[in-house]
Amino acid sequence: MGLAKRIIPCLDVDAGRVVKGVQFVDIRDAGDPVEIAKRYNDAGADEITFLDITASHEGRDTTLHTVEQIASQVFIPLTVGGGVRTLEDIRNLLNAGADKVGINSAAVKDPEFVRAAAERFGSQCIVVAIDAKKVSAESESNRWEIFTHGGRKPTGLDAVAWARQMTDYGAGEILLTSMDRDGTKNGFDIALTRAISDAVPVPVIASGGVGNLQHLVDGVQQGGADAVLAASIFHFGEYSVQEAKEFMAAAGVEMRLGNL
Amino acid sequence: MNDVVAVVDYGMGNLHSAGKALEKVASGQRIVITGDPEQVRAADRVVFPGVGAIRDCIGVLRETGLDQAILDVVAAGKPVLGICVGMQALMARSEENNGVDCLGVFDGQVTFFGADLHNETGNRLKVPHMGWNQVRQGMAHPMWAGIANGARFYFVHSYCVTGLPDDEVAGRCEYGFPFAAAAVKGNVFAVQFHPEKSADAGLTLLENFLRWMP
Repeated sequence: MGLAKRIIPCLDVDAGRVVKGVQFVDIRDAGDPVEIAKRYNDAGADEITFLDITASHEGRDTTLHTVEQIASQVFIPLTVGGGVRTLEDIRNLLNAGADKVGINSAAVKDPEFVRAAAERFGSQCIVVAIDAKKVSAESESNRWEIFTHGGRKPTGLDAVAWARQMTDYGAGEILLTSMDRDGTKNGFDIALTRAISDAVPVPVIASGGVGNLQHLVDGVQQGGADAVLAASIFHFGEYSVQEAKEFMAAAGVEMRLGNL
Repeated sequence: MNDVVAVVDYGMGNLHSAGKALEKVASGQRIVITGDPEQVRAADRVVFPGVGAIRDCIGVLRETGLDQAILDVVAAGKPVLGICVGMQALMARSEENNGVDCLGVFDGQVTFFGADLHNETGNRLKVPHMGWNQVRQGMAHPMWAGIANGARFYFVHSYCVTGLPDDEVAGRCEYGFPFAAAAVKGNVFAVQFHPEKSADAGLTLLENFLRWMP
């Protein structure tokens, strides 16, 4: 008995519409983030994460409206990330009803931004998203580097040291994505997940590479993740969140099933 | 039920969720989010949420006179629900921010989980305590109506309430050690978790609060 590991479906949202098509069998509008969030809530998701990929300024107002709509109807925690650059961005998202805000490239550009955000709004709502790629050769010991711009731009920052620095600065949670595994369906980068999880005192969400339910179990049991984030395996209906939770519970992972 | 339910707004974060969740379960009650001490005093029921650092919370409460308004509502015997840092603010003292005197409705202490926290099998536990954990009900109480003993609620906090007398611990949670997940004293009920983020179990608790006649 204790704290349950979390399953977090992630939605990519562009100007208020879900992209990378969610394919539920009987969904009315597969692009409506509010309806999809509700469905995931009903299916037992422990949290929902929104990645806002909106480029335009006008689109960002739509995002705030979407967050507001979801927060009025879905009563589980909601994290919103993507394009968060200023304290005002954070305040707007929190006021709209987000519980946590994900900061990614703005932290790389100015690490002090994370410190200011945590001081102003509290560590509990500041998630630092880390995109890491393995840069060591096979013969070397493992080393991962932080990349930005969807994995295209190296930063020279060591992923483990960076994660530690970010939690020192007040990040309350780390969302860790392996850029090597993202989209491959080959499973999480377990060594990376374990290295980061061991290095920081705060919870770590593993992301990138989930292709089956055993991958979720491995992320927790071998990688030491506190939560697992997945997109496509849930969106395309390969597995339901409920199936995933039952599978993980059967493998000995503490999960929230129903209300218990 | 035409009660007015005041959600105390003292500028400490996200009240949208608490307000929306109360609206969702309301049956005729009017939900008012307010920072006006008089409106808080005039309300029939008061919800006292909170996030962030305790020093800032208590500082703003004292500055605005909301501290006295809350104490008046407590003294008047009206139902009060403290949530998260709202619960902590109702205690005697918190060790956060090098020690802060709180409102003292309960005689409990607010203590840090600790940097070296482990579970019974020796695994390191992360702080903040973030996610869904089980609450063992310490007593039968109208606030627990329709909620299974051991139901999971959503927590996110680094400090927790300890040192309450047993008859004031309405619910216990365990994270490295047992702490008070819910406290009760007469007309005041306080929870460390976020009912507004705890799906059905949380909504049921909020609905119970709107009906509670202490």
